[in-house]
Amino acid sequence: MAEKWKTGVLGWIDARFPLSQMWNEHLAEYYAPKNFNFWYYFGSLALMVLVMQIVTGIWLTMNYKPDALLAFNSVEYIMRDVNWGWLIRYMHSTGASFFFIVVYLHMFRGLLYGSYKKPRELIWIFGMIIYVCLMAEAFMGYLLPWGQMSYWGAQVIISLFGAIPGIGESLALWIRGDYVISDVTLNRFFAFHVIAVPIILLALVVMHILALHEVGSNNPDGVEIKKTKGPDGHPVDGIPFHPYYTVKDIVGVIVFLIFFCIVVFFMPELGGWFLERDNFIPADPLKTPEHIVPLWYFTPFYAILRAVPDKFLGVVAMGAAIVLLFFLPWLDRSPVKSIRYRGILYKLALVVFVISFLALGYLGGEPATPVLTNFARLFSILYFAFFAALLLIPMFEKTKPVPDRVTSK
Amino acid sequence: MKKRFLPLLLVLVPALTLAAAGGVHLDKANIDPDNQQSLQRGARLFVNYCLSCHAAGLMRYERMGHDLGITEPVVAENLMFTGGRVGELMTVATDPDDAVEWFGTVPPDLSVIARSRGVDWLYTYLRSFYKDDSRVTGVNNLVFPDVGMPDVLWELQGWQKPVITTVKDSDGTERKVVELELEEPGLLSPKEYDRAVRDLVNFMDYMAEPGKHDRRALGVKVIMFLLVFLVVAYLMKKEFWKDVH
Repeated sequence: MAEKWKTGVLGWIDARFPLSQMWNEHLAEYYAPKNFNFWYYFGSLALMVLVMQIVTGIWLTMNYKPDALLAFNSVEYIMRDVNWGWLIRYMHSTGASFFFIVVYLHMFRGLLYGSYKKPRELIWIFGMIIYVCLMAEAFMGYLLPWGQMSYWGAQVIISLFGAIPGIGESLALWIRGDYVISDVTLNRFFAFHVIAVPIILLALVVMHILALHEVGSNNPDGVEIKKTKGPDGHPVDGIPFHPYYTVKDIVGVIVFLIFFCIVVFFMPELGGWFLERDNFIPADPLKTPEHIVPLWYFTPFYAILRAVPDKFLGVVAMGAAIVLLFFLPWLDRSPVKSIRYRGILYKLALVVFVISFLALGYLGGEPATPVLTNFARLFSILYFAFFAALLLIPMFEKTKPVPDRVTSK
Repeated sequence: MKKRFLPLLLVLVPALTLAAAGGVHLDKANIDPDNQQSLQRGARLFVNYCLSCHAAGLMRYERMGHDLGITEPVVAENLMFTGGRVGELMTVATDPDDAVEWFGTVPPDLSVIARSRGVDWLYTYLRSFYKDDSRVTGVNNLVFPDVGMPDVLWELQGWQKPVITTVKDSDGTERKVVELELEEPGLLSPKEYDRAVRDLVNFMDYMAEPGKHDRRALGVKVIMFLLVFLVVAYLMKKEFWKDVH
């Protein structure tokens, strides 16, 4: 088919730039397993949300003022006086939360079907770096509206760096550029949020996708479709990404947009989960809010931090909760990828892990009463126990036989 | 006490003070954002009673008139006491230093107060002033103890006094319950006053997000479009996937 295109404008371009080749390698002749299920929508959705955040972000930047005296009012100016400003702002603020929902589901998919296992370790590593960058991006973006929760949330999180022995305080000072969060901090966070981190994110997304297309996609059966190729040299259980998965993903995108628009148009604060009440009060360095909590996507790690009675060890535990995820490809020793063919123990471990993560997410947003702190300790232990379980379970796990071909309809 | 780490303290201490303030029961405001007459009455109350000390510096008179169905000349004549143009923001001329001298603090800007406090809080707060001779302003508030704000609506509501009763809970512990009783009636009956405060809070809720009405109206259309698009996209997917076995 590529031969036919060698004439005309496309032929002219193809002689100078591998346009058709790229189109084929990544879309029209990228063979993806035909048995993708519900969990396989979230990769393309994450890409769409990223583009949406960048586009709405560009338009927000046109009217936002990164200045401690003007920032809060400039956001309200966007909400009131800029044409469609409210829509752009709510899409951006809702998009941030939906980004994490989508990414968490995307990562959960990896746990379900062992997508991080050989030969896809690098895809997982790139994905984890994307996740960490996304947390930095969201954290710095949340300072920009310059509300009370923006200010005090940043104050608490940056002060955590102060817990590092020796260099801690100087490090926190270096990050803030001041002894407290101030105009200086706001300006540098703006620079990172708008330029530095997005560039890194985009580069990482390209690497994530290139690595995926190098080895091919995993699937709910955890079967390597490249092992069984037809006479045409294409995997028998594979179908070209375009048009099959492009038309399928459009359906996913619309369903996603319906949920997204319900929030944007009818409940943009989502009861304080997406936009916190205290953030409608301008930042005041002299008044600490009654209840400082990070936004929901950080609360599981915040709960782990508070569960440890020592500040430095708490920071270490919080860091470990994220760093351990990087090592999943090597911690999970089972040769079987998909949960479909793994024993009951792995299924139980995964259920406990998900419940712990959700429970920690809830507890991280609540005041740290003694009872709740004890619960946070319990769930922190269960969270970390998952990684030990990944190492231990394969030693005596009875797995089911994995089929040679995918099992879908 | 053991050395606690900062975030725990930061969260725990304020949480305790909140608990100490006692979970004041908030009455439901039951506002009706679609009731334009209520919003208009609320706007009148707001400019008459609030806007002399508090600003609403993010709100424009023009926008308010447009959204509430009040013509510009009427806005200029009846709702603007400072002169100026209708396109201007609802600011106040009070000098911040004077304000600190009079009230102990600068009265906060009320533009988005309904989004930070919530309408139920505002509704209850404005109905919870009572006489307290120990305060400079002569009043105190159940919802916001030792508030710097005087009871500016007293001529409408009248004066309330606290009635403290001790009740025994089912488990035998005694606790004090403070209720407010109307001592001197104002220009409005309690029912009329509640309605007036409801109108005022309704207006403040509108002011906190003037685009809320448009947002919801557009949302219905967007979601209807998406539902139709979903059917089309699903049929297209089904057609393409016919040959996948």
